[in-house]
Amino acid sequence: MSIKVNDKLVDWIENETVQELLKRMRYTFPLVVVKINNKVVPRKDFSEKKIPDNSKVAVIHMISGG
Amino acid sequence: MNKKKSERIDKILKESSVGIAGLGGLGSNAAISLARAGIGQLVLVDFDKVEKKNLTRQYYFLDQIGKTKVDSLKENIKKINPKVKIITHNIKLKKGFMEKPFQDITVVIEALDNAEIKTLFIEEILSKLPDKPIIAASGVAGYGHSDRITTKRLGHLYMCYDEKAKSSDDDVLMAPRVSLMANWEANLALEIILGEDK
Repeated sequence: MSIKVNDKLVDWIENETVQELLKRMRYTFPLVVVKINNKVVPRKDFSEKKIPDNSKVAVIHMISGG
Repeated sequence: MNKKKSERIDKILKESSVGIAGLGGLGSNAAISLARAGIGQLVLVDFDKVEKKNLTRQYYFLDQIGKTKVDSLKENIKKINPKVKIITHNIKLKKGFMEKPFQDITVVIEALDNAEIKTLFIEEILSKLPDKPIIAASGVAGYGHSDRITTKRLGHLYMCYDEKAKSSDDDVLMAPRVSLMANWEANLALEIILGEDK
């Protein structure tokens, strides 16, 4: 019962949402792109989208500048 | 120079196109490099005009201040490589329609400035054009720390990434690091189009 978040193995928690996972991982930066099993999760769905067991989650944070 | 390899590359590049969202430090420098490399077509998207403060890092000249970035960059590219076909969109990318200018190109380069818009753009391209490779950059501000920059690949998303860099709101934007990231993006575009250089 675990998931991988940015290649780090962490416990899977039933019914945990993307938003809750980001909080648990202490990812506090406001602007992130999240992919679960290689599928992008739109930001508007962060508070509803639940993380399935065994998922691979990638979190990339975007920093201003260009 | 490996003539055979060069001919193979020229042929593939000539048939390829790159779309660039944002023509600031990242976009203008990436476009120039791709034009020099011999890309067949560039789609350039920006709503802004050239300002004096841009000249510290963006590929424009003093006599272009006040002109649109799309027209100025087109002019500069044509002086280097007149063969590149250039399509310009002097527009602000709008939420919900961001993928529109990029439907028919080979690779998309995200070269926007603000983190909020960057995030929105990547989300929209990944969800609306799921088979399109997209190259993005995050963490261009400051100077030095070239070795902190890495390429992160997530499916069709290729990130030129320095997660330790500060936001440009709290830091400086300087030509060497911005151009480095811009050329990192251009180099990734070549790798995607041509396949890994073995």
